[in-house]
Amino acid sequence: MTDRTAASIADRAAAATPAGLTRRVRGLSDRAIAWLFIAPTIVLLLAINIFPLIWTVYLSFTNYRANRPGRVIDWVGTRNYERLLGSEDVWEYMQATAHFVSWTMIIQVILGLGLALLINKNFKGAGFWTTIILIPMMLSPAVVGTFWTYLYQPQTGIFSYIINAFVEVGPIDMIGSPGLAPWSIIIVDTWMWTPYIMLLSLAGLRSIPDYLYEAAEIDRANTWQKFWHITLPRVMPFLMLAVLFRGIENFKMFDMVVELTSGGPGSITELASINLKREAFEKWRTGYASAFAVILFVTVFGLGNIYVKALNRVKQ
Amino acid sequence: MSARATTAHSVVEIKAAGKWFAGILVAAYALVAVIPLAWILMTGFKSPPDSISYPPKVVFEPSLEGYVNVFTNRSRQTPEYLESLGPPKAWYDKISRKRNMVITGPSRFAGRYMNSVVIGFGSTFLAVFLGTLAAYGFSRFKVPLKDDLLFFILSTRMMPPIAVAIPIFLMYRTLGLSDTILGMILLYTAVNVSLAVWLLKGFIDEIPREYEEAAVVDGYTRLQAFIKVILPQMRAGIAATAIFCLIFAWNEYAFALLLTSGNAQTAPPFIPIIIGEGGLDWPAVAAGTTLFLVPIVFFTVLLRNQLLRGITFGAVRK
Repeated sequence: MTDRTAASIADRAAAATPAGLTRRVRGLSDRAIAWLFIAPTIVLLLAINIFPLIWTVYLSFTNYRANRPGRVIDWVGTRNYERLLGSEDVWEYMQATAHFVSWTMIIQVILGLGLALLINKNFKGAGFWTTIILIPMMLSPAVVGTFWTYLYQPQTGIFSYIINAFVEVGPIDMIGSPGLAPWSIIIVDTWMWTPYIMLLSLAGLRSIPDYLYEAAEIDRANTWQKFWHITLPRVMPFLMLAVLFRGIENFKMFDMVVELTSGGPGSITELASINLKREAFEKWRTGYASAFAVILFVTVFGLGNIYVKALNRVKQ
Repeated sequence: MSARATTAHSVVEIKAAGKWFAGILVAAYALVAVIPLAWILMTGFKSPPDSISYPPKVVFEPSLEGYVNVFTNRSRQTPEYLESLGPPKAWYDKISRKRNMVITGPSRFAGRYMNSVVIGFGSTFLAVFLGTLAAYGFSRFKVPLKDDLLFFILSTRMMPPIAVAIPIFLMYRTLGLSDTILGMILLYTAVNVSLAVWLLKGFIDEIPREYEEAAVVDGYTRLQAFIKVILPQMRAGIAATAIFCLIFAWNEYAFALLLTSGNAQTAPPFIPIIIGEGGLDWPAVAAGTTLFLVPIVFFTVLLRNQLLRGITFGAVRK
C-alpha cells in the first residue's frame, strides 16, 4: 500500500515537470518539490503509526489472541469495552495512574518553579549548576529505574542510609511496602523530571521584561505582590506547557516503573500502561488489550490537542 | 532576610546576599541530585561484597570486577580444577579466579551495546534526512492543510508506545521484521521524524528567505538553492536535532522490550537482566549502566543551550 502511494506521488511529481517545460520553471516546480519533500515522512507515519492504530481499533472489537495466529477471529462488538469500563481492577489502575500523575506534577511544579526563581537571580556559577541539574532528565528511564532499585535496597541501599542519618527509622523498604511503593516511583520521577519544569519556568522568567518590575517598584509593590501580579501570570503559559507535556508522558508511564516496581507490591503501582502490557503480551488477550489501548489513546489525543493549543500560545 | 533587620545594610548588599543564598540552595539541590549518579559510578568500581555492605561504603578498594563481569560469562569451579589450569593468563582472568570463577566467553553486553549504536545512528540518520526535507517543505511552500499535517505529525509522537506496539508486533511478525535491526531502525525513525520535523522547521524558519531568492536570481534552481544555500546554514540545527533523535533512540525501552529478543535487542532491556550468581550482580549492572549513560551525559553538556528547544519541539527558543 505504502509503495503505491510513494510511486504515485513520484509519478505526479514527474508529470508536473515535463521534459520540455524548462522555460517557465527550471527543475521541479515548487509544488512538486513540496510534495516530494513532505510525502516520505507522511508515508512513513501512515505506515508505522496510523495503519497500526486503525488495526488496533479493529482488533478492539474482536476476541483475537496474538499467541494463536491460526484461530478464526470472532467479532464481539463492544464487549471488550463493556468489560473494561465495568472492571473494578481497571478502575484501580486508573487511580494508581492518577495518583502518580497528580503528585509528580504538584511536587515538580513547586520544586521546578522554585529552582527557576533561584537560578534567575543570576548568581555566579548558575550555568554550571543548571547543567548538573539537567542531567537526570536525559537518561534512559528504564536504566534509571533499574539502578534506583539498588539505591532503594532496604538494608544496604544509600537511600535508606541517608534518611536514617537524619531520622532513625530503621531500614526503609520503599519498593516492597504497599504504603511507600507509590512514593518510590514519585520520588524517582521527581528526581528525573523536575529539571524539565525548571527549564521551562526559567524560559518564562527570562521572557519577562525588566520594566514591569521597575514600574512595580515605583508603585511600592512588595515582593509577594510582584510575584503574584507579574511573575506568576507571565510564567503560567510556560508552566502549563510543561505540566501538560509531562502529564501526558506520565500518564503513559511505562519504562521507569516497570524496572523499578514492575507494578508491585500486588498491583499498587500497576499503572495503566503496565497493565496494558500485561494483558497484551503476557496474557495475550489482544482484543481486550486493544480496547484498553484505544481508551488510553483517546485520552492522550485529547490532552495532546490541548497541548498544541498551549504550544501555539507560548509561541506568540 | 537577616540583612533587612539590621538597617545598616544597603539595598545592594541585600541583593548580593540574596544571590549568595540562592546560589547555595541551587548548588545544594544539584549536589543531592547528583548523588544517585555518583553512587552508580562508584558501585561500578566496587567488588560485589562491597556493593552490598552495611553501612554503604564510600571509601573502598577499587576493583574492575564489575567491568570484567559485565563483559564476560563465567562459571564457578572447584579449587582443584583451578589449580590444574595453571596461572591466570590475563589481568581479567586473575580477577575472576579470585572468586573461584573461570571466564567461559564474552557476554552479550558488547553485542547489545553495538545494537544500540547501530540502531541509534541508523534511525537518527533517516529521521534527520526525512525531517530536513519535510521541514523545508513546510517552512517554505504553501502546503494545503499545513497546520493539520503538522499537528498530525506531532500527535504521532504522543501515542502511548504500548498501545501502538500490539499491531506493530503483529505487522512485524507478518513482514518478518520482528527482532531485526532494520525493523527497529524503521520504528525509531517513525517516532523521531516528528521531533525532527518540528525542530528543523524552527531552524529553517529562522533563515531569511532572501538568501534563497538571491540564489535563484543568480541562476540556481530551487533544489540547488536548498542544497547549496539552506543546508549549510542549517548545520548547527541539524546537529542539535540529530543529537536529540540519537538520545531518544538510545534511551528507548518499551518497543525494544516487546519487539526484540535474541538478535536485535538493544542495551536498555538488557542491562536489567545482567544477573550474577545468586541475585543481581550490582557492580556489573552499575558498570553496564555507567558505560551506557556516559555518552548521554556528554551530549547533554554539549547540548545544554539547545535543550529547551529540543524538549518543546522547537516552540520555546529562549
